[in-house]
Amino acid sequence: MHKEVIIIGAGPAGLTAASQLLKIGVEVMLIDRNDLVGGQLTKQTHMFFGSEKQHASKRGIDILTMLDEKLKQYPNKLTVFTQTTVVGLYNDKVVTCIKDDRYFKLSADAIIIATGASEKSLPFENNDLPGVYAAGAVQTLMNVYGVKPGHKVLMVGSGNIGLIVSYQLMQAGVHVVGLVEAADHISGYLVHASKIKRLGVDLWMNTSVKKAIGVDSVEAVEIWQLDDQWQGIPGTEKQLEVDTICIAVGLAPLTELLQQIGAEVVYIRELGGNVPRVNKHYETSINNVFACGDVTGIEEASSAMIAGEITGIETALKLGYHVPNHTAKLTQLHCDLDTLRQGPHGSKIRQGIAKLGVQL
Amino acid sequence: MRIRQHPILMFTEKQKIQFYYNGKQVYGYDGDTIASALHALGIKNLSHSIHLKRARGFYCAIGNCASCNMEVNGEPNVRTCITPLKKDMDVKQQVGKGRPYDA
Repeated sequence: MHKEVIIIGAGPAGLTAASQLLKIGVEVMLIDRNDLVGGQLTKQTHMFFGSEKQHASKRGIDILTMLDEKLKQYPNKLTVFTQTTVVGLYNDKVVTCIKDDRYFKLSADAIIIATGASEKSLPFENNDLPGVYAAGAVQTLMNVYGVKPGHKVLMVGSGNIGLIVSYQLMQAGVHVVGLVEAADHISGYLVHASKIKRLGVDLWMNTSVKKAIGVDSVEAVEIWQLDDQWQGIPGTEKQLEVDTICIAVGLAPLTELLQQIGAEVVYIRELGGNVPRVNKHYETSINNVFACGDVTGIEEASSAMIAGEITGIETALKLGYHVPNHTAKLTQLHCDLDTLRQGPHGSKIRQGIAKLGVQL
Repeated sequence: MRIRQHPILMFTEKQKIQFYYNGKQVYGYDGDTIASALHALGIKNLSHSIHLKRARGFYCAIGNCASCNMEVNGEPNVRTCITPLKKDMDVKQQVGKGRPYDA
């Protein structure tokens, strides 16, 4: 099957890119390996920040319903493949996929990679025991499938994911024993930290996990204080009885497909690791292969949705479509992105983009 | 380990789905993935590492990390965190790389 544009990844970036393209009149094929489209939006029960334009004070799950409604307006131009894993990507814009044990090929004039990111792990003794789970994964387990990860949880990491998932664990009726953070300060929004603190969760700074304890699954955890070189201080160990350890120590962009096709990838720590070298049109070093969302640098879903819109418009323009008022629209979208990246919490992403050397 | 009450989300009772875990008849619910159904039953140990045979469980929930790979209907390395549960599925804890698959 051939369509004008294939989008790999139906999360916030992929869905908004699709929506823009469909609005312009471009045919789109959307591929996702999950059963549900929406990526991380499927489980984001918290309200978004930012301005109203970025759906602030709407819950992620409701933003997804809204995006889904938009896509449903174009049944003839849109094909969606869920439970479909892309296993190969080639320079002639051929995409090979697996769905239900069947292997097949798709092709397009342009490809948008919106594969997102995966949660990082943390090295400590027994970090492979069942019960040591990525925090976002636990959020999916609870908010999509209605299943608790365990009864007593230690959260590791005070970024927004760690803070928000701690709160959501409590909403699901799970006891959050505490939260450890290796740095000397909360790294996410203080409003989220205050909320869980008020509910009685201890937040331990300069503290990390020494080891997980258990045979076939987590039965306890040993935490210890860190010195200013982030080394554990012997004698400060404390054992906590938990059956779940949630790891919220950041994400890494999923660039495998981009590397497979030979797109130039650079390591930028502030963006989360290896990211494609995109130009200001979100096009990678390979002609007509675009990338947007967390795969180009770890940010919030709000930024991914704007980047998706930009990439949708840019892809249509590249394919020769006429997009009314595109200059004004793109300027406005870039301006919205800049606004989201303002303030101390945006400094990392600003530094990362500066290293990439383009205006994203 | 199912959530019964939630301030934002509604988890209504869905249709029961019967399946097999290591030969034993168990139940999940419509909408579950294999991993969520097992987790709800308190089964966290999904496979074993290839060399040291250490216990392996769920980790990423996006079909990326391979930690939840199990043998499903004879097929090894099925990513149970993104595979929807179906009636009568034969789910087994995977040993090592899994047995070769005879389709």
